[in-house]
Order: sequence, then structure tokens, then C-alpha cells
Amino acid sequence: MMIINSIKIDDSFAEAFNMRGTRVLITAQNLKWAYHAANAMTGFATSVIGCGVEAGIERELLDNETPDGRPGVSILMFAMGSKVLMHQLETRMGQCILTCPTAAAFGGIDSDDAISLGKHLRFFGDGYQTSKLIQNQHGKAKRYWRIPVMDGEFLTEETTGMVRAIGGGNFLILATSQPAALYAAETAVEAMRKVPNIIMPFPGGVVRSGSKVGSKYPKMFASTNDAFCPTLKGVVNTELSDDIESVMEIVIDGLSFEDIAKSMQVGIKAICDLGETSGVKRISAGNYGGKLGPHHFKLHEIMAGNLSAKVEKQ
Amino acid sequence: MMKGPLTFNLKMCQPKTVKHLVNCSALTPNNLNNLSMTEISALKITQGNMTKTVSELFEISGEDTKNIIFENTDNDNLELAYIGANMTTGSITVKGNAGVYCGLGLQGGTIHCLANTADFAACNMVNGLLKIDGNTGDFLGGATAGLRKGMRGGVVLVKGNAGDRAGDQMRRGVILIEGDAGNYCGSRMIAGTIGVLGNVGKYAGFSMQRGTLLFANTPSLHATMQNCGMHTLSFLSLMLKSFNHFDTPFAALNLQRVQRFVGDAATNGNGEILVITN
Repeated sequence: MMIINSIKIDDSFAEAFNMRGTRVLITAQNLKWAYHAANAMTGFATSVIGCGVEAGIERELLDNETPDGRPGVSILMFAMGSKVLMHQLETRMGQCILTCPTAAAFGGIDSDDAISLGKHLRFFGDGYQTSKLIQNQHGKAKRYWRIPVMDGEFLTEETTGMVRAIGGGNFLILATSQPAALYAAETAVEAMRKVPNIIMPFPGGVVRSGSKVGSKYPKMFASTNDAFCPTLKGVVNTELSDDIESVMEIVIDGLSFEDIAKSMQVGIKAICDLGETSGVKRISAGNYGGKLGPHHFKLHEIMAGNLSAKVEKQ
Repeated sequence: MMKGPLTFNLKMCQPKTVKHLVNCSALTPNNLNNLSMTEISALKITQGNMTKTVSELFEISGEDTKNIIFENTDNDNLELAYIGANMTTGSITVKGNAGVYCGLGLQGGTIHCLANTADFAACNMVNGLLKIDGNTGDFLGGATAGLRKGMRGGVVLVKGNAGDRAGDQMRRGVILIEGDAGNYCGSRMIAGTIGVLGNVGKYAGFSMQRGTLLFANTPSLHATMQNCGMHTLSFLSLMLKSFNHFDTPFAALNLQRVQRFVGDAATNGNGEILVITN
């Protein structure tokens, strides 16, 4: 049994899946408009189940970190396959970044797999679009497109990189009240936002509607995780003890196993640091019995400091 | 022990009524790689309409074929042409003036001319770096006769002035001129970037299709270049930042505000002349 600062850590694991991921750097005249663009681009992108992609803002960028020297943010976007990712990236670029005043977009990750950022969007320029091939100090050239728009010129890099990634890392916060569970989740999310290469795609980084596979209704392939629903404690084969009144989940997508494991460690530690008075009683994790996802994030191993990858099943 | 650079010191010759071109295209790092001094000395190159051995024209010293130096090149009777032609790697330094077609078809590596070059420098250039500390002649970065595309990659830095038709039919790459440029700068340009910090002659961008001419001074433009007004273009900071690793004042410009002219409308062109305004 593992107990940290009076909070029990279940001997359980989060089950995660292989995904394809990409990073895009969004800049604008100021941070306010960079966020407007990035929020639009990562909106309605909480779960691949209904949104196609899972996306979120990774972090703010300093002026000297952006290609054009303006304020910006980096976003990460994940999908179950490369086709969906490419499609979603293009449509979101077209509807959210092209349309946003002063916004520009740049590739944020190097990979041999280059996917279109502004490559096709350039045709919006109706023949007036122009490109610039700009070499870096190592002689590697990147192509940028300049598309005339009503606020001036929309600047975007032609491509960004697509890499192998992991989605679905998670942990559950079991607390004595809904405010206590939410406060603990907020505390964890705040700490986890400092970890690079990960996003938490749900609203505010927290999800309250964890799901199980299948349903009593034949057309539904996922339904509410009744074993963790506090109002069903007397009805179903519950996972909750009498004192648990609310459960919140934090879902993490990341570029590597280590990145997700690190963020889980940081998040769980932040909650444990709140102590017994926080109302948090247990930390658990969501899985499907270990048969669906090849990546298992074992809570005890992560909290013991072992963050290295161990693929259970390919 | 470090090998010294392979040095070709041009010998004095009999006075001639016409200046002879010496074709130096064979004397590049990739051509001389793995050749012994004896083999290099015996290589045949042309001088005017004659064929001579390298040792007849040059005193040779050093062994490092990746690093070649031409010395004593200022000669009233001989002009060293085609220096670094089609070179793919290594470096060539010309301690003096270079003749026509310096860096013709350059594909990689660096050519540094410490004085002036004649016409057609960087013609058909593909990649690499050509640095000219002095002035250069006409058709810098242009195309050789019969070709429809000129320079298609790489970077040319000119500390002095350039002659007429710099970047004629240029397809890609960057030419940065710190001094003045002559008439027809960027004529028939297909794409690429030419920067000029000094004055520019008449008919800049004549028949240009695409590409960017970045000027520090407003040129006298012909009627088919259309004034699009003052603009703040964010791509400029991106492009100027990419010059940081070159020894050029263009890297220090750090600006986005320019007056934009587009043309040449006579050829339905979409090229642009950007004039820096402070």
C-alpha cells in the first residue's frame, strides 16, 4: 500500500494509446491575440471520440523563442491517425488562424514526416500569395507563405512535423466533496502546465465524465464510468468508499511516455502536498483492464520515481 | 601537422595585346581532391586559345586541397575566369581581383574574393556562399547565355557596388549588395531576394515575375511598377534574422515597415520592391 501525506495511491495504472502528434507555434501582435487564435484552434478538441483531435495550449513563448520575434504560444495536437491529424490541422488553420487578426503560424517540431500547415491554405491568396524560402545557419531551408488578407498579410510556414505520440495518460482524484475534488484538480493542472511536451485537452484540464467501454444501449460504445460515480454507490459494483462524494479525472496527451509520466508525477505530488485537510482521500487511474492500450502508467512506479517507458503490448 | 592551404600564385607573363582569360574551373576542391602535387602541376587548363599546364601559369605551394587560395591575381595580361565553377565543397579565397564567371554554377562551399570580380559572378549558382569584398560587374547571379533561369540558390554578399542587371532571371536565393546597384536590377527576376543598401539605377524590377527587391533608397521606377503604399510586413524580421550568421549590415536592419511596389505589370508580374522607410 502506498500512502503519501495521508492520501492513498491505488496500485492501479492508466492505460494509454499510440497517437500522432504535432506542435504549432502561434504568434500575434500581442499575447491576447495569440491566445484568441490558439484558443480557437484548440477549441472543441477535448477527445478524439467526438472532436477528431485532442489539442491544447502547451505553454506561452518568450519573444525570443518565436520565429518572428512576436509574443506567442505553442499548441500540441494529437489524433489517432495521420490522416485525421492532417485534415484537422488544415481545417483548424483555415478557420481559426487565418481568420484571427495579426496571427501567424509556424512549425514547432522537426520530423521527417512533414504535414501541411499553410501549404494548401496558400491558395486562399488567389494567386497573390508569395513564398519565401529562408535558410537557417545550418543551411536548412524552410518555406513560408505570405497570403494577402484584409488586415495586412497572413504569414505561415509551409509545413510542420508529425511525430509518434501517446494519448490517454490519466489519474483520478477521489475526494470527500465536489469543491475539494475540483480544487485538488486545479492545483494539479497548474503544476502540470509547467511540464513541457504535454497537454491536458479537457476543459480547464479536468474531466468529470470518465467513461467505460460499452453500454447497455447497443449503439453506444462508451458510457459513464458507473463504478466511479458517487451517486451510484449503492446501485452498482462501486469502486468508491462511503466517504467519497466526488471524482475528477485529469487526462494527459504527450510526445513521449516519459513526458506523460513526469506530468502525472508532478500532478499527483501537488495534490498530495495539499494533505489530509484537502478532502482528497485517494488517487486512482482509469484503464480498460490492460488489454486495449500498449502503454501502462503505473501509479506506484511513477510516484517511486520510475518514469521510463515500458510497453506492455504493441 | 596541419597542411597549409593549396596556393596558386599567378606568374608574370609576356605582355599581350589582348587580355587572356585563364579558365580556372578545374582548380576547385572537389576536382583536386586526392590528386598529388605532381598531378595538379600537370593538369591542363586553357589560357586564351592555348592549353597550358597549371605549373606553367602558377607557382604552387601548400597541400590542403579543401582550402584553395589564388594569389597575385591582379594582372594586366591575364584574367582568372571561372574560379570555383561548379564547386560543391571546401573554400576558395581570391587574394585580388577575380575574372568573369566567378562562382559559376556554385553548388556548395564558400568563395571569398577579397577585391573585385568581373561580370557574370554567381551565374547559375545553386547553393553555397560567394563573398565579394569589392565591386562586381554586370549580370551578378544571372544566367549564362541560352538559359532561362539564373541563380537558383545560395547567398551572394557584395561589400561594394554591383553593375547592371544584378539578379537577371534569378530563380531563388539571396543577393545582398551593400553598395550601389546599376540599371535593371532584378530584371526578369523569377523569384528570390535582392537587397541593396546603396542607390539603385533605372528600371529596377524590369519584367520581374515574382521575388523581392529590398532597397534602402527609393529608386526611380518605371510606370509599370505599382505603388501599394506603406506596410508593416512581419516576414521581414524573419528574413532579416536569417542573415544574422553572415557578416552583413542587413542582419542589423531589424525592421518591418516598408513602402511596397508590385510589378512588373507589363508582364503580369507579382514581384515586389520594398523600400525601407525610417
